[in-house]
Amino acid sequence: MTTETAPLGTKVQNQELTVLGALKANMRDYGLLLALILIMLFFQYFTAGVLFKPVNLTNIILQNSYIIVMALGMLLVIVAGHIDLSVGSVSGFVGALAAMLMVGWRFPPEFAFLANPIVAGAICLVVGAAIGAAQGYLIAYHRIPSFIVTLAGMLIFKGLSLALLAGKSVGPFPAEFQLLSAGFIPDVIGPTVLSPAVVAVPASDGVAAVAAVPAVALHTTTMVLAIVAVVAMVFFAIRGRARRQARGYENEPFVLFVAKNLVIAALVLFFAYMLATYKGLPNVLVVMGILIAAFVFITKRMTFGRRIYALGGNLKAAALSGIKTERMTFYVFAIMGALAALAGMIYAARLNSATPKAGQGLELDVIAAVFIGGASALGGVGAVAGAVIGAFILGVMNNGMSIMGINIDLQQMIKGVVLLAAVFFDLYNKNRS
Amino acid sequence: MSNTILEMRSITKTFPGVKALSDVNLDVREAEIHAIVGENGAGKSTLMKVLSGVYPDGSYDGEIVYKGEVQHFKSIRDSEHKGIVIIHQELALVPLLSIAENIFLGNEQARNGVIDWDETRDGARKLLGMVGLTEDPDTLVTNIGVGKQQLVEIAKALSKEVKLLILDEPTASLSEKDSAALLDLLMEFRRQGITSILISHKLNEISKVADRITVIRDGRSIETLNKEEISEDRIITLMVGRSLDDRYPPREPNIGDVVFEVKDWSVYHPLHRERQVIKNISINIRKGEVVGIAGLMGSGRTEFAMSVFGKSYGQKISGEVFLNGKKIDTATVEKAVANGLAYATEDRKTYGLNLIDHIKHNTTLANLGGISRAGVIDDMTEMDVANDYRKKTNIRSSSVYQITGNLSGGNQQKVVLSKWLFSNPDVLILDEPTRGIDVGAKYEIYTIINQLAAQGKAVLVISSEMPELLGITDRVYVMNEGRIVGEMPTSDASQEKIMRAIVRAEGKAS
Repeated sequence: MTTETAPLGTKVQNQELTVLGALKANMRDYGLLLALILIMLFFQYFTAGVLFKPVNLTNIILQNSYIIVMALGMLLVIVAGHIDLSVGSVSGFVGALAAMLMVGWRFPPEFAFLANPIVAGAICLVVGAAIGAAQGYLIAYHRIPSFIVTLAGMLIFKGLSLALLAGKSVGPFPAEFQLLSAGFIPDVIGPTVLSPAVVAVPASDGVAAVAAVPAVALHTTTMVLAIVAVVAMVFFAIRGRARRQARGYENEPFVLFVAKNLVIAALVLFFAYMLATYKGLPNVLVVMGILIAAFVFITKRMTFGRRIYALGGNLKAAALSGIKTERMTFYVFAIMGALAALAGMIYAARLNSATPKAGQGLELDVIAAVFIGGASALGGVGAVAGAVIGAFILGVMNNGMSIMGINIDLQQMIKGVVLLAAVFFDLYNKNRS
Repeated sequence: MSNTILEMRSITKTFPGVKALSDVNLDVREAEIHAIVGENGAGKSTLMKVLSGVYPDGSYDGEIVYKGEVQHFKSIRDSEHKGIVIIHQELALVPLLSIAENIFLGNEQARNGVIDWDETRDGARKLLGMVGLTEDPDTLVTNIGVGKQQLVEIAKALSKEVKLLILDEPTASLSEKDSAALLDLLMEFRRQGITSILISHKLNEISKVADRITVIRDGRSIETLNKEEISEDRIITLMVGRSLDDRYPPREPNIGDVVFEVKDWSVYHPLHRERQVIKNISINIRKGEVVGIAGLMGSGRTEFAMSVFGKSYGQKISGEVFLNGKKIDTATVEKAVANGLAYATEDRKTYGLNLIDHIKHNTTLANLGGISRAGVIDDMTEMDVANDYRKKTNIRSSSVYQITGNLSGGNQQKVVLSKWLFSNPDVLILDEPTRGIDVGAKYEIYTIINQLAAQGKAVLVISSEMPELLGITDRVYVMNEGRIVGEMPTSDASQEKIMRAIVRAEGKAS
């Protein structure tokens, strides 16, 4: 996931920063990842090992997928210096639309194709993008503050979902659509049996009893994909380092470079192994992975991303540098709309029905994830990796606290404190440097 | 000889990793105008922040003796209580409050928390009178010019019964007329027994009003000069620590055909449809030529430049722009840049830089196409470009990853220049390219301008400092109230001639 390199690079011949200096310079990035790991270990201990059970890890991913999908778009929105309060309602509305298209409405035969899950899904994405575009148009070209436009959007789409569903839940979805949230990638290679099942043998004279142990079989395709991903990550990291070195730019210390890549590779392989011992990669994780990679690329490597950071950092300077600030803002909201639509479908597919309450309040989790991930409320600052880790921090806490049986009221308070603490830590760090 | 009102003894102030002030001594006498000069980053503002309690007692070494007593200011409130008031470069007025409200902000004329508006207005009117303003105290601050805002700040200081007034670059954004009025006011204060400390880059102003000057360099106090010892050359030598025989690099113009031409350019005010701001201006620049636009603040120079550059100012814009004899479209900034124009703003913090991002990203912002293919940025190329321009323009920073907001004014200006140089324009418009930056950095920027002209680019320099225009340009246009009222080769120009063109035009206008 994180192949982004730390911001290093003065043209000093083959000189390396000190380990401590590099750690300090990237305190924020490492700190966030470390916080996530610590939180996971904490709950692993206090849930008596339930957290890391393969089935639970899979659950955490499924429970948070729609938050992460929307956090990617919200990151762009917040970096551009805006906010989108409507994403929860929009995702609920699109989920409702999906349900009506696939099960609610009876189409005449010539329009029956609209109920096809793929066609319906495409329609939903387009509708989401159109909703985002409409809000973006008002924000970018008519300069109505995004807070107001999307607050209005939140109310409007909350109402529209109710109207669309006539206040009832609509479901269940066709099996193909459910695969979006409930499915796993097929094991095209076939399972690898690590240890065969052991049948329980009752104790008899002189022989100890043997308890039944289920077979441990690995979802081989998952493992292969994970290994390919790790190899690719290491390859690109080494190539990037070599290219910097060849041009004489400062690199992060070799020790740190190796350590960082080892830790990330180990984490990826560990989680892949855990998933592989259950049912393998969930489909939704594949979708998420592709989206995360795409957004890292957009924000780090594409001019589109760079322009968004620039206009969030200083709108006037960006405009005077030839950046079409209105158009960029418009695109950002359109993308957000499409992602909210996707999230709405994932959510609906997971519940296997569209409910009038679906999506409500999700915008707050999404926004919190982005801010925990280090984005600035003033715009111009934030990273995709941060937003994703932020979402996982919230997700793991939700999951862990539920397993521990902590009351929902206390859970809310703890999450609020974590959000405050993360932002406080950020500002404290910034002021100290 | 009058008494010493303030003595700062061996002030040393360290920030993590940097010694900002080292053993600085300053003594200021009662009812004098004491100027402090030094290059940007020399430590002038830090010294004043120590004095006014922004850096509280204990965060620095040394002592402050004010009116014969050692002071331990914990905050600005403490120092203001003793009659020390500092007016910062960036004005601290609230734009959408009235003049009267601003003057008494934090010091409201109130009883039991209820504001007495009559007293507020009367008090404000009286204070405004003292600084020569006749504005209605209910006028919103946003509706008066920068020069008057500065005077409101001073009126605010007077309301606190100021004994020692500190002004940090008060005339940096004022026209010559407003500056002169401000300096007169300081001299009037001197007669009334108010002491002033004046921080300024404008040596001509200092030599006009200051009784004594303390020069600060690299965080040390170098020398204090008396009035009769003050000369610009002497000050400059002390400031930069070396003698600058010439403040402007030698220029050997190699001028070709007309490259850039603007014809019949007219612009109306963005809010007031009827107000014509630019009136049928036509100018041209030749290949390799540096052309200046002189004029008072408010003459429409920036408005002209910004309206040409992608219609970034005004409405109902009419006129034509030609590059190499061909008419070009400059209707958006993007088109203007694509057609070879670049405009480096006079206000680098608001319009020039993304201050929260680093040098590298700022350098490439106006020409992302130059470092990317199909919308994908090539990291290594970008790094090479940023390092290359950092070296070319001599930006002093630890690396291209330094955040531009933390750079000094001169280095920020060099980043702005780098950005526009990398967009590889044919025509560069530089609006106040050396405003608020120190002598050494100015020289470097002049050198860059010379190099650009030598490469055959057409350069248009807008500046309020006439000696600068006379020092670096080949030809000067004089602007007044939205019109070109004079044009002369620099070899033939002088400050007097430029002023005469302006004054004559004003006579005609009225």
